[in-house]
Amino acid sequence: MKRKKVIQLRSPLYFFNFLCLACLSCAPAARAQTQASSVYAITHAKIFTLAGSPIEDGTLLIRDGKIAAVGAAVEVPAGAQVIDAKGLQVYPGLFDAVTQMGLSEIGAVGATVDTTEAGNYNPDVVAATAISPSSEHIPVTRASGITEVLVVPASGGFDSGGSRGTLGGQASALHLVGWTIDEMVIKKSAAMVLNWPQIQTETFDFATFSRKEKPYTEAKQEYDKQVNELTDWLDRARHYAQAMEKGSVSKYDRDLKLEALALVVRGELPVLVFANRARDIRNAVEFCDKQKLKMILAGGQEAYKVKDLLRSKDVPVILRPMLSLPPDEDDPYDRELTQPAELAAAGVKFAIASFDNSFARRLGQNAANAVAHGLSYDEALRAVTINPAQILGLGSQIGTLEQGKIANLMVTSGDPLELTSEVRYLFIKGQLTSTENKHHRLYEKYLNRPKAAN
Amino acid sequence: MRIFTMNQSCARIAFLSLLPFVCGLCFAPSVPAATPPDAPPVFLIQNATVMTVSHGTIEHGSILIKDGKIAEVGQSIKAPAGAQVIDASAQFVIPGIIDCHSHIAAEAINEGSVSVSSMVNMEEVLNPDDLDIYRDLAGGVTSANILHGSANSIGGQTLVIKLRWGQPASKLPFEGAMPGIKFALGENPKRSNFSLPGQSRRYPATRMGVEETIRTAFSEARDYKKTRDDYNRRVAAGEKNLVPPRRDLKLEPLVEVLEGKRYVHSHCYREDEILMLLRVAKEFGFKVRTLQHVLEGYKVADELAAAGVGASTFSDWWAYKVEAYDAIPYNAAVMTRRGVIVSINSDDAEEATHLNQEAAKSMKYGGLSHDEALKLVTLNPAIQLGIDKRVGSIDVGKDADLAIYNHDPLSAYAVVQKTLIDGRVYFDREKDVSNRAEIEKEKKALTDKLKKAEKKPEERKPDEKKPEEKPKPPAPSPTPTARAGAVLGGAR
Repeated sequence: MKRKKVIQLRSPLYFFNFLCLACLSCAPAARAQTQASSVYAITHAKIFTLAGSPIEDGTLLIRDGKIAAVGAAVEVPAGAQVIDAKGLQVYPGLFDAVTQMGLSEIGAVGATVDTTEAGNYNPDVVAATAISPSSEHIPVTRASGITEVLVVPASGGFDSGGSRGTLGGQASALHLVGWTIDEMVIKKSAAMVLNWPQIQTETFDFATFSRKEKPYTEAKQEYDKQVNELTDWLDRARHYAQAMEKGSVSKYDRDLKLEALALVVRGELPVLVFANRARDIRNAVEFCDKQKLKMILAGGQEAYKVKDLLRSKDVPVILRPMLSLPPDEDDPYDRELTQPAELAAAGVKFAIASFDNSFARRLGQNAANAVAHGLSYDEALRAVTINPAQILGLGSQIGTLEQGKIANLMVTSGDPLELTSEVRYLFIKGQLTSTENKHHRLYEKYLNRPKAAN
Repeated sequence: MRIFTMNQSCARIAFLSLLPFVCGLCFAPSVPAATPPDAPPVFLIQNATVMTVSHGTIEHGSILIKDGKIAEVGQSIKAPAGAQVIDASAQFVIPGIIDCHSHIAAEAINEGSVSVSSMVNMEEVLNPDDLDIYRDLAGGVTSANILHGSANSIGGQTLVIKLRWGQPASKLPFEGAMPGIKFALGENPKRSNFSLPGQSRRYPATRMGVEETIRTAFSEARDYKKTRDDYNRRVAAGEKNLVPPRRDLKLEPLVEVLEGKRYVHSHCYREDEILMLLRVAKEFGFKVRTLQHVLEGYKVADELAAAGVGASTFSDWWAYKVEAYDAIPYNAAVMTRRGVIVSINSDDAEEATHLNQEAAKSMKYGGLSHDEALKLVTLNPAIQLGIDKRVGSIDVGKDADLAIYNHDPLSAYAVVQKTLIDGRVYFDREKDVSNRAEIEKEKKALTDKLKKAEKKPEERKPDEKKPEEKPKPPAPSPTPTARAGAVLGGAR
């Protein structure tokens, strides 16, 4: 028999053991995020590939960061590090498709927040530029099995005085591991953020600290003005794109904003349109249709009201958490929870996202709650794995466990959407990745505090 | 919920002064509360998995309810004549969830203008029509500790309510429950994360000042108590013509704290401020009943256990402000293991709809048992609020406050089917769902009528406002503004 390194963990304090074993097998990398690249074989696992039925007692082989083979009869090569996953399950890592990971550390402390640039039109700013790879949120988030995120700018944090801008910049897709941003990036520019203008008849005035009502006609005028501005930006981008094609841009000053938008008007970069109310969604869909933009709806609190339109225009949705109260008092109490099932039934493609950093680890919980309210389990799993990947044009690289895909996956004690399941092993880019984080460290430290003398 | 960035209708994130832009600004017409359920008949819940919390789980168990109380719990109970039988096959019954930190059912949250606002009382602003009562009922919550906000070192008076949706405000208070008072330490009372336009900083601005504010208030309260006690003693001794001391509405509740007649529920985060409050309490001879949030409680768990103080915390919130940066999801488990009575609370109407799930997380983070986890939202908050003789477990003689789920309640797949308070069904999912078509019809009829009326729009004149009518920032006001007030004063 060929020599195989076998790692077996059963202890509930798996992460501490995990660290110890990591130390033994790869001493210099003890505190590192990942171990050196090698060949891994996960054996005897129940494998949920999400590309066909689950494989009982299956083997998944990882080589050079990719899934080399997956199936019931995969031979384990010599020298492979073997993880005997008997009684465990394997799933693709989860993909949280709207976060501010690395752009925002402590929400209330402006100095730690880089989510939102000043001004209304910033198509040329890119999230990946300002992502801190050392953010404590990253290891905390991946400990719950999230292996990829979309980092979305222009969310209106403490750095922006609440305003979010219209064209907010480019969202970046990341692996949740890496020493530098470059190592983390899956796609630096994955979508252009468009905060859809709203017809706001009520605003809050800080000078008098009171609500201000605005007549509808006035609010509508402001809305039209914003849409006209946006249209104008896109028109100019179209002209600029033509000039670029003809190689005549050099005649003009280079315009970085229009250069960024050229990708959008050519349909090469999707627009991630944030809208929640049915009217706003409808307006946005019609606008993008007319402008021939590739639209992804984000938020979609009332997407169910326009599901047929979304379906007919093939607009996918990245839903905000369903653990939310209904928008209106006369909505059923579970309005948000039942929406995913309704969208699935209508044939609308959707993903579920956390729209947050601290609560990214509630991603699975949200998906499970959608199942509790009528969504099929399979659809729920897909909504946090392959669907977001496909929506963002990464479906051929990640999202399912298929040969040739990047090995972003988790070995769990059970259903990854359930509250009590544990991630036993995590692979990102084929690297066995530590789930240790700030929370474990503090837990361990204070668990071991000697009894206080009182 | 707490997704405070792109979320258009998130709940109050206390420290985030930007939120008035996105939350609570839409006036929805207040939906009249449903009529309260009829007088409780005799109920028999049968064939259920009964999680008593106090004495284990009974498979295929029954609960007999009479006069709103639990009359019998066991394996097989015969239905008495005239009993209404609830067949709960494949369902799970737990004691009604008790939320130890809630801001529902209130017209206002923060009297933020002063650093000691003990003169105000949440009972005066109870709003029985707040839909969040119903939404939380639908999450299995039966009792809630309605707290003042955290804008002040010493905040307003608080009370425990039962979620008797459909009853008037006078019927909400939990009969006989000890009243409370809210304290707050750290960033919110020192107002670190926001400023009010045109207003200079309010004292205190540091944690040192927070301590000083509390000590000063209790020094005054002690003097006031002495004056009152002296007066009473002299009256009792038969002295005539005495002038009674003038009532001080600010100090009276603090005297009640000194006399053990009012519980202190203190918002806190950091270990140093937690120990500060325990020292001050010792100095003045009062007890702190619960520490709220107490996200660094795990660092000083032995001290909490020794002081006999309860800890009511979040499941997995962190990093929304600096004092929450060391928050860990293991907090509840570590404190439990060191002998502290711990509960998991919501501080938020949405979070309250799934406190069962939040409790479940302590099994993953820190390895609490199923029973220990369930206690975090049932028996433990009951003990903390001094109502455990009445509620918190499924025991004979206790109030029939129950939540019935279709799965193990410590699962994300569990959905509440029925919620009972005092043996009456206040939430019934089946009924709720079957009523929806009717409500939709009614809504359509009303909107059609409105549309018809709007065809002849009258020109609207802008309301002329007199200067004195200008709304003041955090003063008590109708709900939506109150939410903005909560935001600024800091519910968290």
